[in-house]
Amino acid sequence: MIVIPTYSELKKNAKLDNEEYKRIKVAILGDTSTQFLTIALKGFANQYKLSLDIFEADFNQIDRQVFDKSSDLYAFAPQIIILFHAAEKMLLRFYKNDVEEKTRFGANHIQLVANLYDTLSSNIGCKVIYYNLCEINNSILGNYANKTTASFIYQLRKINFELMNLAEAKQDLFICDICALQAQIGRSVSFAQSIYINTDMVLSLDLVPLIAKNTMDIIACMYGRMIKCIVLDLDNTLWGGVIGDDGIENIQIGNLGIGKAFTEFQYWLKNLKERGILLAVCSKNTEAVAKGAFKEHPDMVLQLEDFCVFVANWENKSDNMRYIQSVLNIGFDSMVFLDDNPFERNMVRENIKDILVPELPEDPALYIDYLCTMNLFEVTGLSIEDTQRTALYQEDAQRAILQRSFTNELSYLASLEMVSEVDVFNSFNIPRVAQLSQRSNQFNLRTVRYSESDIVRMAANSTYVTFTYTLQDKFGDNGLICVVIMRKESEQQLFIDSWFMSCRVLKRSMEQFTLNTLVKYAMQNGYTQIIGEYIPTAKNDLVKDHYAQLGFTAHDNKWLLLVNDYEEKKTYIKSKIKIYEQRYFTATTE
Amino acid sequence: MNKDILLQQLSDLFRDVLDNNTIVLDDKTTAKDVDEWDSLSHIQLVVAIEKKFKIKFSSAEIQNWQNVGQMAESIIKKLAI
Repeated sequence: MIVIPTYSELKKNAKLDNEEYKRIKVAILGDTSTQFLTIALKGFANQYKLSLDIFEADFNQIDRQVFDKSSDLYAFAPQIIILFHAAEKMLLRFYKNDVEEKTRFGANHIQLVANLYDTLSSNIGCKVIYYNLCEINNSILGNYANKTTASFIYQLRKINFELMNLAEAKQDLFICDICALQAQIGRSVSFAQSIYINTDMVLSLDLVPLIAKNTMDIIACMYGRMIKCIVLDLDNTLWGGVIGDDGIENIQIGNLGIGKAFTEFQYWLKNLKERGILLAVCSKNTEAVAKGAFKEHPDMVLQLEDFCVFVANWENKSDNMRYIQSVLNIGFDSMVFLDDNPFERNMVRENIKDILVPELPEDPALYIDYLCTMNLFEVTGLSIEDTQRTALYQEDAQRAILQRSFTNELSYLASLEMVSEVDVFNSFNIPRVAQLSQRSNQFNLRTVRYSESDIVRMAANSTYVTFTYTLQDKFGDNGLICVVIMRKESEQQLFIDSWFMSCRVLKRSMEQFTLNTLVKYAMQNGYTQIIGEYIPTAKNDLVKDHYAQLGFTAHDNKWLLLVNDYEEKKTYIKSKIKIYEQRYFTATTE
Repeated sequence: MNKDILLQQLSDLFRDVLDNNTIVLDDKTTAKDVDEWDSLSHIQLVVAIEKKFKIKFSSAEIQNWQNVGQMAESIIKKLAI
């Protein structure tokens, strides 16, 4: 089991608030006392370099705070609301119901949660994190409770199940699975009866840190913190034994030795890859020997094409990690490194700030359990791009090889035969637009994160002009890689509210191409000025001169472009006009 | 267990949990005498004591202590069994 900070440690962390951390306004509404949770959340937030401004309602005020629009909650205007109905309180209410009401208990509760969410969503527009119910079996009906709708456990499980359906339907509703967390540590540890009787607290001091961690994992993910790539060692990490010494026929995978542990580990990794996590190899091995294992061993679950980068050599691993990072162009803080060797782990940890290096257990059979309890792969939404991500990065590697064969950058760009589709936000691309808004850190001028529901609202609001760009070339289709949102400030002026782009397509003249379309829109619709703004973050230094390089001039801490003086930029990208675009442009053929 | 030794151990535990190195407990110390000792940190103290001495207090005990002396007596009684 992983080492989670204790409540006492979190309480000390909570005091280390840093003014430079991003501030997030969070409200916690519970029907039991939530003071411990509040402090633990603050402690974890600091660990994630976030700072929580928490509004804690007096307990048992959920309905009043939500349904009364003059309540303190509305005055506070939170970005995130945590709702916590305790199973212990639900059980008390359940007891007071007659048999007829008991069978409707779950359905009624789900209706309440839906009403709470809808009210919050339409009036505050915040995200809602709802805690599902910890299982309590009151033993009134013995095991027969599983055979009748009138039992508490039936209604409780029904609620937990229906909550998942509700969350799938409601865009900004997220479930924190505290029921699973209780199962992980056991009811006898997660609940202290004597403390509940004395204080009305239902979460033990052992469970509070786990819940706080999982809640903060969800919140941090909403603000762009997520793991995108796993870098893997090979010997004794993906199989048992040392292939260079033991030979391919003696490595433990499949039925040999403890091979089952590694086979299951590879299945787990393969499923992560299929949902969009990149896999890379960083191993001290002769490349041909290491690759041979994947090509020739019949029991290997992972195949060479599952890896976006494969590095096997005798260089030190920190240098190899830097190489992998430079190929993928993602931050080290979105990478996790798995290696059975404590020496390699320490070396990477000490030389590469921000990378996550789990202290894997000695027994490989425990790898999966250990990594599962770390909850590394939180995600707030999925898109079709996820399943294709590895292929996209592999195409990048091919481009890099071609690029080396050209001495002239421009002739390389011309040889790529690039085409971009320009479109507006529509129901097909909204999930991807929201995802790119969450994931883009480096090429992001203002780093305002938008959720799917925000994007839907903007698409329908005529104050905003939205642009999406895809990019394909002779190696493949990168999909939707760039988004611009402009706000109409006046009849003359457009403000670039958002401009973010995937770093995979840097240096392909995509920026110039994008600006050409923005200016074209401005001209055809009578605007004379485009205003841009750069808001620095820890990660977007890359674009600090973006507007200057594109010919904007400094203007009141922002950047100004005069549309009528604009000269179309040279690019190597052809544009493909979509039907939707006719809303913006008069038809032209290019 | 000797009560003086126990009070010494409890003082250390209080200092750690309440993050205040000046705490010195005696029989008559009450929550009013220690700034950081509020109803919330009281629960933390109870849980920390239970863990340290591998004992469990009853629901009534947690409510009824009037001072540190009574708390110490509860602990001694449980450890003696």
